[in-house]
Amino acid sequence: MTAPSFPFGIIPQVEGRAVVLTGDDIDTDRIIPARFLKCVTFEGLGVQAFADDRAELQGRHPFDLEPHQGARILVVNRNFGCGSSREHAPQALMRWGIRAVVGESFAEIFYGNCLALGIPCFTASHDQVLALQAAIQADPAQTIRLDLDGLQASTAAGLSWPLELASGPRQMLRTGQWDATSQLLANDDALQTTAANLPYIFGF
Amino acid sequence: MSAGTLYDKVWDLHQVAELPGGSTQLFIGLHLIHEVTSPQAFSALKDLGLGVRHPERTVATVDHIVPTTSQARPFADPLAEEMLATLERNCAEHGISLQAIGSGRQGIVHVIAPELGLTQPGMTVACGDSHTSTHGAFGAIAFGIGTSQVRDVLASQSLSMGKLKVRRIWVEGQLQPGVYAKDLVLHIIRTLGVKGGVGYAYEFAGPAIEALSMEERMTLCNMAIEGGARCGYVNPDATTFAYLHGRPYAPAGDAWDRAVTWWTSLASGDQAMFDDEVRFDATVIAPTITWGITPGQGIGVDESVPTLEQTDPDERPLAEEAYRYMDLQPGSPIAGVAVDVCFIGSCTNGRLSDLQAAAAVAKGRHVAPGIKAFVVPGSEQVAAAAEAEGLDAVFREAGFEWREPGCSMCLAMNPDRLEGRQISASSSNRNFKGRQGSATGRTLLMSPAMVAAAAIHGKVSDVRALLQS
Repeated sequence: MTAPSFPFGIIPQVEGRAVVLTGDDIDTDRIIPARFLKCVTFEGLGVQAFADDRAELQGRHPFDLEPHQGARILVVNRNFGCGSSREHAPQALMRWGIRAVVGESFAEIFYGNCLALGIPCFTASHDQVLALQAAIQADPAQTIRLDLDGLQASTAAGLSWPLELASGPRQMLRTGQWDATSQLLANDDALQTTAANLPYIFGF
Repeated sequence: MSAGTLYDKVWDLHQVAELPGGSTQLFIGLHLIHEVTSPQAFSALKDLGLGVRHPERTVATVDHIVPTTSQARPFADPLAEEMLATLERNCAEHGISLQAIGSGRQGIVHVIAPELGLTQPGMTVACGDSHTSTHGAFGAIAFGIGTSQVRDVLASQSLSMGKLKVRRIWVEGQLQPGVYAKDLVLHIIRTLGVKGGVGYAYEFAGPAIEALSMEERMTLCNMAIEGGARCGYVNPDATTFAYLHGRPYAPAGDAWDRAVTWWTSLASGDQAMFDDEVRFDATVIAPTITWGITPGQGIGVDESVPTLEQTDPDERPLAEEAYRYMDLQPGSPIAGVAVDVCFIGSCTNGRLSDLQAAAAVAKGRHVAPGIKAFVVPGSEQVAAAAEAEGLDAVFREAGFEWREPGCSMCLAMNPDRLEGRQISASSSNRNFKGRQGSATGRTLLMSPAMVAAAAIHGKVSDVRALLQS
């Protein structure tokens, strides 16, 4: 499996086949079990995504089913990515091929980690997520388009589902400024002023 | 919208700028790093040609991957050795203080920063670990971050963040004997759910909270993240100041008085406004234990595994998954469930008072036949203090193993792990599927005293009975 290049620059939409993973509270220990965190690079994490869940299901896990190979969009339910702050989780998903996630809700640290990698996490209502999941499962080969401007998921056949994406992350992805490092470095003068007004910085 | 809370005050003081996407650039007062989530961040810095902006505000330790039997170098596991060697190299290269094994200061990052006096009220604290919420016990705004954000803090001493809402969790009354901060937080999460805190900082307040020691407050704030709240905190008070006084990095002399004045000014005032408030009564809380696969699936030790009918319809699929995984029958009592492994330790419950509470149960008794029971102090300082009062001997005589400091079986990135379908009584923080190192291993979360009681009886038992006898 060759994953397409990682997110870069302006991200106006994400398009591709989708994979559905049902269930609430899927934690980052399940996305990438802790033993795979014994590494000093993120390379190689892609094949380890959901390792224990996949072993348990013996080839029947969505990430192992043939129609979902090469999928770019992951559709989940509530509180996806809860638990450990490990960025290894979105790194594993990204290196497996995922470029966007749609769900009912996300754990905050996971959401921020995805944003830092240029992976939008869209939310949608319970009913809309279930409808989208049903449509994908009915026809896993179809291409789904997630539009950051129109805020909807749509298919070539004309089906569509409304999505939500908070204005901050949306703007960051739309302008290519989701990689925060350069912005943070640009404000070093202001940062030193903030620090100078904190009594603990200078030992009170 | 919240106003006048400690969270609002600390947030405002640390704001650097509004970023183009609408998020806030927040200055980070203390950056804690460890071997698991930092190597890729240092690699990224190197790729970008950047250095560490404030190495003097960055402190490192090694905890997740260290063995708790022999800590001799090189470690038996070459991957673990490589991770520690990488951390050592990165710290040396960038002038970052590393609390090394054998220094007397090594331990779990969320244990050592408070005990060294590094964590102080009014700070922003970030660390590539979700249990960074622990430091909120001091009235700091402390939260876990991912590795890209570790890179950002190393490079700029700041983060791009969105402001959270603030929910006050007001706890009336007092915890009863045999009921600890762990039971309180499991009770709160059981009630509000593992998603209940998403989007919120939790302010813990009220008579029951004020009565908690600093170590108990750390246990409470540690698990705020298990309730979905990225940070939890307690307003600083006399208990906070008494804990900090005299610690290596705490201010001293005249500076101490100025610090106390400033810290006191940061507490949420009488006029503070919260986005939400939830009230609890501490007096009705029993020793609480999880039966399922999320920290929200908790019950009192005198209760039974909830049936589907007793479960919120939204939560039923998860309950059914938990029945299958845990192999527990809905409607059956949790007391009496046999355990295989008993683990006392972790950033949640690996401090001196935790070990004291467990030792009080273990003293003069013995671990049941066939049970593997072990105690892992949270830090070298905790180990030394416990040994000074003979707790290691109490545990050993009772049949527990006494180990070296580290994260141990909380997350199984080291040799300590469950095997096969083993079921643990664990003082750690997560009962997720596979969390303790076996894809089919099972975890029952509870207080250290309850773990000790489980070890003595070989099954889940109400510690209150042992404390009375």
